[in-house]
Amino acid sequence: MLLRHTSKEITERKALTINPAKTCQPIGAMYASLGIHGCLPHSHGSQGCCAYHRSALTRHYKEPISASTSSFTEGASVFGGQANMLQAINNIFTVYNPEVIAIHTTCLSETIGDDLPQIKKKAQMEGKIPKGKYVISASTPSYAGSHVTGFSNMVTSMAMMAEPTGKKNGKVNIIPGWVEPADMEELKRITALVGVKTILFPDTSGVLNGPLSGEYKMFPDGGTTVAELQSTGDSIGTLALGEWCSADAARTLDTMHKVPCSILDMPYGLMATDRFIDALRTIAGVSIPDEITYERGQLVDMISDMHQHLYGKKVALVGDPDQLIAMTEFLVSMDMKPIHIVTGTPGKKFEKRIKEITKDIGCEVNVRARGDMYLLHQWIKNEPVDLLLGNTYCKYIARDEDIPYVRWGFPILDRQGHQYFPTVGYKGGLRLLEKILGVLLDRQDRDAPEEKFELVL
Amino acid sequence: MTTAMKKKMVQWDATDIKAELLSKYPPKVARKRAKQIMINEALQNDTPTLTANVRTIPGIITMRGCTYAGCKGVIMGPTRDIVNIVHGPIGCSFYAWLTRRNQTDAGPDGENYMTYCFSTDMQEQDIIFGGEKKLAQAIQEAYDLFHPKSIAVFATCPVGLIGDDIHTVTKNMKEKFGDCNVYAFSCEGYKGVSQSAGHHIANNQVFRHIVGENNEVKPGKYKINLLGEYNIGGDGFEIDRIFKKCGITCISTFSGNSTYDQFASSHTADLNAVMCHRSINYVADMMETKYGIPWIKVNFIGAKATAKSLRKIAEYFGEQELIDKVEAVIAEEMPAVEASLVDILPRTQDKTAMMFLGGSRAHHYKELFDELGMKTISAGYEFGHQDDYEGRQVLPNIQIDADSRNIEEITVEPDGTRFKPRKSDKEMKALDKAGYKFKQYDGLAMDMDKGTLIVDDLNQYEAEKLVELMKPDIFCAGIKEKYSIQKLGVPMKQLHSYDSGGPYAGFQGAINFYKEIDRLVNSKVWSYMKAPWQKNAQLTGSYNWE
Repeated sequence: MLLRHTSKEITERKALTINPAKTCQPIGAMYASLGIHGCLPHSHGSQGCCAYHRSALTRHYKEPISASTSSFTEGASVFGGQANMLQAINNIFTVYNPEVIAIHTTCLSETIGDDLPQIKKKAQMEGKIPKGKYVISASTPSYAGSHVTGFSNMVTSMAMMAEPTGKKNGKVNIIPGWVEPADMEELKRITALVGVKTILFPDTSGVLNGPLSGEYKMFPDGGTTVAELQSTGDSIGTLALGEWCSADAARTLDTMHKVPCSILDMPYGLMATDRFIDALRTIAGVSIPDEITYERGQLVDMISDMHQHLYGKKVALVGDPDQLIAMTEFLVSMDMKPIHIVTGTPGKKFEKRIKEITKDIGCEVNVRARGDMYLLHQWIKNEPVDLLLGNTYCKYIARDEDIPYVRWGFPILDRQGHQYFPTVGYKGGLRLLEKILGVLLDRQDRDAPEEKFELVL
Repeated sequence: MTTAMKKKMVQWDATDIKAELLSKYPPKVARKRAKQIMINEALQNDTPTLTANVRTIPGIITMRGCTYAGCKGVIMGPTRDIVNIVHGPIGCSFYAWLTRRNQTDAGPDGENYMTYCFSTDMQEQDIIFGGEKKLAQAIQEAYDLFHPKSIAVFATCPVGLIGDDIHTVTKNMKEKFGDCNVYAFSCEGYKGVSQSAGHHIANNQVFRHIVGENNEVKPGKYKINLLGEYNIGGDGFEIDRIFKKCGITCISTFSGNSTYDQFASSHTADLNAVMCHRSINYVADMMETKYGIPWIKVNFIGAKATAKSLRKIAEYFGEQELIDKVEAVIAEEMPAVEASLVDILPRTQDKTAMMFLGGSRAHHYKELFDELGMKTISAGYEFGHQDDYEGRQVLPNIQIDADSRNIEEITVEPDGTRFKPRKSDKEMKALDKAGYKFKQYDGLAMDMDKGTLIVDDLNQYEAEKLVELMKPDIFCAGIKEKYSIQKLGVPMKQLHSYDSGGPYAGFQGAINFYKEIDRLVNSKVWSYMKAPWQKNAQLTGSYNWE
């Protein structure tokens, strides 16, 4: 057994987190920054933070992740990181020449109280920021929230780049939240099909799912451009997908520039996608093309065709709040029973929302925000499940408990596809369903006695 | 920045390349980097010529990590029966969770916490009011849940800044438990200039708190410790297999596939064999002073290097039985290695490699590339010191800067009862006369060809430039560098965690490595970079569909 010391008996822990279901803010900020065209993320802290975040994102995407660091030493930690940051800005523009430097803080620079807006001002006064180039920053202390919070904080900083001209641009801002590059691509495909002009930010498609061509572009062609970000203040409205990842940025545009917003769930599965498409229709005043309705029908068809394999199956899932809410609803909508649900990210609203979604499934549901995978594993030991959904760390639980398992979330370190194949929208729903059915039916085939082994399922 | 792959330079001159690497930098950066790029003269200098182990330049995209990574990630990460609790916000513990491919064999029932990640997950109130209480509580909870024989605590950046006294907390908990050794590492990420400071801090605390805790004499002959071997991809398993075959008893490995008890009784060994000089030489020195165990540098990367290291160990013990056994094992193992080379060498001969790794690996792996007939045209360390480049004879002339001075040096005295010279003066003299060298490491530069480029703390920009200008057939570094190099159409092998596969140590490992490099440099995929219509863009006529 790989997790041989995990006991069935659950005791309350006040101080010790075991096998976390979250990581820290800065990596979220780094991921979001990569969704700006021509942007170099910069980590204001000691160089290990940057190295760890780059490594984790590289392992997840199998793509180069460029990011720089202030490389704090003991001296900088005592006297403040301003000198390091100023030097870094100068070096970055001289050597790498990005359009934007997106700085995020770390627990180190937050603890000593470095003031990034002030440092940026000084850099500007000293002429270290070339004309037409931008430096944005987000405060992302690792000791608050989670990687999701850091993502949200950087996306909010992106929203703050808005410079309304007073003339509406006829576009809808879409804030997709922490989804994969393939999902961002899919959202653009869907909105184009519907016929709505959009500004999607951040947008990591074309950045983190690039081709191999013998050419290395430190700043690939993808990403939301500065001009687009500036234009978000002129948009007719904002659709924010996910309360945790995207709402703050949407509300910032609303408060600062009176761009109205709707906060929706991430469009995973049938119902959340329905709401997204419908909101798009309403906000832009368009009618939905048959193609979209056709795709929807295909997803309903697959649910109906395979319902017997899904019905009543118990599921444990772990991940981030926005994703879990939509996924739980998707599972419930197919008459599955999500019974153990954990996120490491704090938020009472999360538990409330999950309880609401699962109130009619007819069995007790364990849900925990600020939980960890050790607890999830203990719950599973007490009440076994038929399916496990979560990031790669779940494979240890899946193997020990012999549970069919679908990799879903961040990070996925041992399988490929998440960069290329979307899981949002109706098409994404089909893919999720294909993966879920794949592991469930593989299990049925594996465990069936010879006389019950069937050709047609 | 777009870099199209340029045609391989037929004649490249090291001086020109160095100038090219520096040309884009602001003057101050260029001056600093110039001192860290050396055109190798392969001389054994007493005064170091290359600058190393100095601060990374802010904003320059470095390969380096932090002190915490060196301490928790590298040295203590592979220890399976110690509960390693990271005191800090969640990230540091999360990123060091199972990401280094250290293998361990706990058997079906043994203690194994390597699959777990423990953290105090410090919150804002802990930063404001201090985290000592939470740490004590976390240690208590770990003890109650698992009853381990040992709990280690690792400090992350904010811990040092807010002044949590982790050493007092752990001392109190150790006294409270009575049956669990609890200690702490002040390995805040901002200390030192790279992972290297973390290695030193880990060495100090392991020596202070664990080594010598168990005086029980273990059975077996020819007892050694293998220092600086981390069992990445099963390297340690292969070395253990060879030791066992030779009749050499490995009391402890620091720290691949290790246990607490191995560390605790490591002072009962009679020789310390040092693999990774950079990460572990401190413990070797301290064990020599306190317990009288001499140390030698070995290298089990490369079949010839493995044979040489085994002979060196046998020569130390000086018993014919061992010397014969070692020769018999080498004779038994080498035919398979040679057979593999007969097949592979024609496809790798005269190809070129670059390696920018760690603090010893760039040197060790040169052995394997040599065996493959491949030339290492440029190399360097991510966090090496000057002695790793130019040999330990430069040690007295290394200038200690403020960053190094911040890292504790333990003063060690011979142990009153347990110090025991392993060899008599007469025996030592005889070994010396026969040319046997203790405590000697000549460094990377001596092994590299004259005129090759040695670059310390290579960064992303320089890596890309080097590949563009010198177009090596393979580039070796870590995960962060992997895909920017491969985008250029050059295969990249991670030699920190090997991507996948291994072991690459020992005889079997050498065969694995030959196959792996053959696969990489001869893969068809590198010929697919351009689509047919890109290769032949001009349409000279129109085709008729018939």
